Amino acid sequence: MTGDLVLQFLAQGAQMTMVLLIAPLAVGVVRLVKARLMRRQGPPLLQVYRDLAKLLRKESVIAESASWLFRSAPYLIFALTWVAAALVPSFASGLMFNWAADVVALVALLGAARALLALAGMDVGTSFGGIGSSREMMIATLAEPAMMLIVLTLAIAAGTTRLAGVADFFIAEPWAVRVTLALSLIALVIVALAENARIPVDNPATHLELTMVHEAMILEYSGRHLALVEAASHLKLVLYLSLLICLFAPFGMAPATAGPTGWLAGLVVWAAKLLLGAALLGVWEVSIAKMRVFRLPDFVGVAFVFGFLAILLAFLSRGAMA
Amino acid sequence: MSGAHDISHLLAGAMLVTSFALLYQERVASVLNAFAVQSITLALAVAWTAWSDNRPDLFITALIALGLKGIVIPLALRRMVERLGIHRQVEKVVGVGPALLVGLALTGLAQALVAKVATGTASHAREALALALAIVLLGFLMMIVRRNAVTQVVGFMSMENGLILAATGARGMPLVVEVSVAFSVLIALFVFAVFVFRIRERFDTVDIEALDRMRGDRR
Amino acid sequence: MIEPWQLVVLVPFAAALLLVAIPSYRAGAVVNVIASALTLAVGGWLVAFDRLVGDYAIIDELNIVFVVINTLVGFTTALFSAAYIGHEIESGRLSPAFVRFYHAMFQAMMGSMNVALIANNIGVMWVGLELATLITVVMVGLYRTPQAIEAAWKYFILASVGISLAFFGTILIYLAGQPALGEGVPAMTWSLLHGVAARLDPEILDLAFIFLLVGYGTKVGLAPLHAWLPDAHAEGPTPISAVLSGLLLNVALYALLRFKMLVSANPEALDPGQIMVVMGLVSLIFAAFMLYQRRDIKRLFAYSSIEHMGLMVFAFGMGGPLANFAGLLHMAMHSLTKSGIFFAVGHIAQAKGTQRLADIRGLSVTHPRLAVLFALAVLAICGLPPFGVFMSEFLILTTTFARDPWLALLPAFGLLVGFGALLLRLQGTIFGEPVGPSHRVDGSFVPMMLHLALVLAAGIFLPPMLVAWFQRAAELLG
Repeated sequence: MTGDLVLQFLAQGAQMTMVLLIAPLAVGVVRLVKARLMRRQGPPLLQVYRDLAKLLRKESVIAESASWLFRSAPYLIFALTWVAAALVPSFASGLMFNWAADVVALVALLGAARALLALAGMDVGTSFGGIGSSREMMIATLAEPAMMLIVLTLAIAAGTTRLAGVADFFIAEPWAVRVTLALSLIALVIVALAENARIPVDNPATHLELTMVHEAMILEYSGRHLALVEAASHLKLVLYLSLLICLFAPFGMAPATAGPTGWLAGLVVWAAKLLLGAALLGVWEVSIAKMRVFRLPDFVGVAFVFGFLAILLAFLSRGAMA
Repeated sequence: MSGAHDISHLLAGAMLVTSFALLYQERVASVLNAFAVQSITLALAVAWTAWSDNRPDLFITALIALGLKGIVIPLALRRMVERLGIHRQVEKVVGVGPALLVGLALTGLAQALVAKVATGTASHAREALALALAIVLLGFLMMIVRRNAVTQVVGFMSMENGLILAATGARGMPLVVEVSVAFSVLIALFVFAVFVFRIRERFDTVDIEALDRMRGDRR
Repeated sequence: MIEPWQLVVLVPFAAALLLVAIPSYRAGAVVNVIASALTLAVGGWLVAFDRLVGDYAIIDELNIVFVVINTLVGFTTALFSAAYIGHEIESGRLSPAFVRFYHAMFQAMMGSMNVALIANNIGVMWVGLELATLITVVMVGLYRTPQAIEAAWKYFILASVGISLAFFGTILIYLAGQPALGEGVPAMTWSLLHGVAARLDPEILDLAFIFLLVGYGTKVGLAPLHAWLPDAHAEGPTPISAVLSGLLLNVALYALLRFKMLVSANPEALDPGQIMVVMGLVSLIFAAFMLYQRRDIKRLFAYSSIEHMGLMVFAFGMGGPLANFAGLLHMAMHSLTKSGIFFAVGHIAQAKGTQRLADIRGLSVTHPRLAVLFALAVLAICGLPPFGVFMSEFLILTTTFARDPWLALLPAFGLLVGFGALLLRLQGTIFGEPVGPSHRVDGSFVPMMLHLALVLAAGIFLPPMLVAWFQRAAELLG
C-alpha cells in the first residue's frame, strides 16, 4: 500500500517537474519554427534554458519607487502558474491530486496570477507599464468569461468540473464531430492566443513599446525576477497547450490504473503532442499579422460569442450529447 | 446514423459561424468572401444530406448553391464593387460588438422557439431547424445593421441560405424546394443587379443613407 | 392535353414571352389587352366549370371569386395602361425599350398571381406570390428617379424579408403535416392538410402561423409592416398602383386566409381570428389618421388601401358566415373602386403634371367629366350609399355590433376618420380656383366608368346568384 502511495506521489511529482522542464523547450520550438519559416537560422532549441539560467545569475535592479508588491509578485506569479500548470492532466488522468484539478480552480489561479502581474506593471509608475496593464485587463474582461463559458460547456457535457473527469469522458466517448465541441475548440484557441500574448493579440517578439501588452507589464523586471516572470509565461503556454490536448485530443493518455510503463508511454505521447502544438503555434504566428488594439475586443469577443453559442447548443441537444 | 447527423450539424454550425463572420467584417470584400464561404458550406451540407438521406435530387440544389451563390454571385459583386468604385468600407449602424451580442440573443431565441414548439419531432431535426432559423435571423440582422446596399443584399441572400438549409432539413420536402431555390437565386440576382446599376447611375455611393436623404416630397 | 384551368396561368405567361419579342409599344399594348381579355374569359368560364381539387391546383368556391376579380381588374387595367403608357412615352418619362419590358412583366405578374390563387401546393403558392411581388418591385422602380429607386429598394427589402419569413412558415407547416400525411408532396397539399388539420401539432401550427402572418401580412400591408406601401404606390407607374392595391394585396390576403382556415380547423392551436382582428383594427385606425397628413395624391389613396385591407382582415378575423360574406364583398368592391380611383388619379396626374395635392385644384372647372368621375369614385370608397362599399361596410359593422357592441365602435370610428380626410381632400381637388398647368387628358374613361358602374350596381342590387356564390365561399372560410 505504501509502495503504491509512494508511486502515486512520484507520479504527481513527476508531472509537476515535467511541466516545468518542458516549458522552455516548447517555447524554444515555437521560436525555432518561426525562424526557420522566415528563412532565418534561429536560436538553438535549448537557448531558452540558457537565457533563464543567465537571468538567474544576474543582478536584479529595482526602481526606487517599487513597493513590496513589485518584489514579491514574480514569486507569487510563478508559484500560481506552476500549480495551475501542474494540475492539468498531462500523461495520465487520475493522479493523486487530480481532485483538486477543478476547471474553476484553474481559472481562479490564472486570474490571480494575471491580477498580480497587472498590479506589478503599474507598481513602478511608468507609463508603459500602465499601458500594458490596462490593455491586459481589457483583454481579460472578455477572455475570462469566454474561458468560463468554455469550461462550463465541457463540464456540462462530461458531468463534472474535474479536469481528469472531463478527460476521461472524452477518452471514453468516441470523438464524434459535434458542433458544440468544435465551437468550444475555436473559442479556446482564441482565448489561449489572447492569454499567452501571441499573434494576433500581441507580438511576443516586439521591441516597440506602444504595441506591447504583456511585454510592457514586465519591462521593469530584471535578473531573477525577470527569470521567474518569463518562466511563468512559458508555463502558461504549456498549460494552455496541455489543456487543449487534454480536452480535445486526449487519446494516448494513461488511465488512472496504469502502472509506470503506462505512465511512461503517456508521457512520451504527451510530450510529442505538446511539441507538435508548439510547432503549429509557430506556423500560425508566421501566417497572420497582429491586430490593431481597438479590434482586440471584437476578436476576443468572438471567443465569448462562440463559448456562449456552444453552451446554447449544448443545452439544446442535451439528449444527443451526454 | 448519429455520425451522419453529427456531420450535418457540424456543417450547419459552420454556416452559423459564417453568419457571425458576416457581421464581424469591416470591408465589403471580406463580407463577400464570408458569404462565399457560407454558400460553399451550404452546398456541402446539402450534398451531405443528399448522400446520407439518399435523396439525389438535392445534389442539384447543392450544385446551384455552390455555383451560383458560392462562386458566381460573389465574383460578380466583387467586380461590380471595383468597377463602380463603391465604398470599400462597410458603413455600420451598430458596431461589431453589439451586433455580435444581438446575434447571440437571436440564436438563443431561435433555439428557445424551436425547442418549445417542436417537442414531437426528433431531436436532430429540431437542432437542424434551430440552426437554420438562427441563420435566417442573423441574415435579417445583417440587413438591418449594415447600411451599404451591397451588404444588405448579401444579408438577404444569407437569409435565403438559412431557408434552404431549413428546407433540406425537413425530410422529404419535395421538388418544390429546388424550384423555389433556383427561383429565389435567379430573381434576387436579377433584381439586385438591376438595382445596383440604377442606383449607381444616380448616385456615387451605394450607401442607403444617401438614398434616404433624397426622399423628395414624402408627404 | 391542356386543361382549361391551366389556361388561366398559361395564357399570361405565353403572352409575356410574346411581348418580350414585340418591339412596338402600340402593338405590345394591344397584345396586352387581348391577353388579359382571354384570361378574363377563362376566368369567367371557370366559374361555371366543375370545381377541382388536384395535386397541385385547386379551384373551389373561395378562390374562384378571387380569380374572377383578378382577371377582371387585370383586363381593365390593361385597357387603362394602353392609353396611359402612350402618354408617358410622349412626355418622355419612359423609353420604348422599357415599355416592352413593362408589358411583358405585366403579363408575367398576372400569370404568377393566378398561379398563387389556384395553387393547392403551399410551396407553389409561395412561389407565385414571390414572383409577382418581385416583378412589381422592378416595375415600381421603372421611372428610375431617385425617389422611385428608393421606393423600389424599400419595397424590395421589406418584401424579401416577408417572403423569407413566409417561406419559413411554409416549411413549418410541412413539418407539422409530415407525421400525418407522410413525406413528400401530400404534406404540402393544402386540401389534404385541411382534412387532417385537427391532428396536426398545435404548437408548430402556432409558430408557423406567426411567421406566415408576418410574412404574408407584410404584403397585405398590415401596420406596422406597411412601410413599403405608400412609397411603392406613389413612385410606380399608375397602372402598377392600381394592380398593387386592387390585386396583389388581395392575393396576399387570400394566402393568409388559406392558412387561417388551416389553423382554425385545429381546436388546440391559437385562435387566428383574434390576432387578425387586432392587427386589422390597428391598420384601420392608424391609416385613417395618416390620411390627414398626406400631400401626395397617390400616397393618400395608398393609405386608404391600408385602411381597407385592415377592415377586411378585421372582418375575416371576426369569422362566421355573415362577417366572411361581408369581407369577401368588401374585397371585391374595394378592388374595383380602388383601381378605378387610381385610374382617375392617373388621368389627373397626367392632366396637371403633378401628384402634389396642393397643386391639384379646381378640377371641376378644367376637367369636368374627370372631376365628376373622380368625385363619384372617392365617395364610393368613403362608403357612401348607394355604392357597394357602403353595403359591405354596413354588413361588417352590424355583424360586429351583434357580437360585441363596444368592439364595433372601433372600426366605425376609424372609418369615420378616414371618411373625413378623404372628403376634405376631395373638396380641395374638385373645387377652388384652378392652379398650374392643365393638359388634355388623352386616355379613355371607359375602364373607370366600368368599375364605378359595377360598384354602383352591386350596391343597389346584388344578383342572387352572386349572393349565393359569396355565401358558399364564406362558408368555406369558417
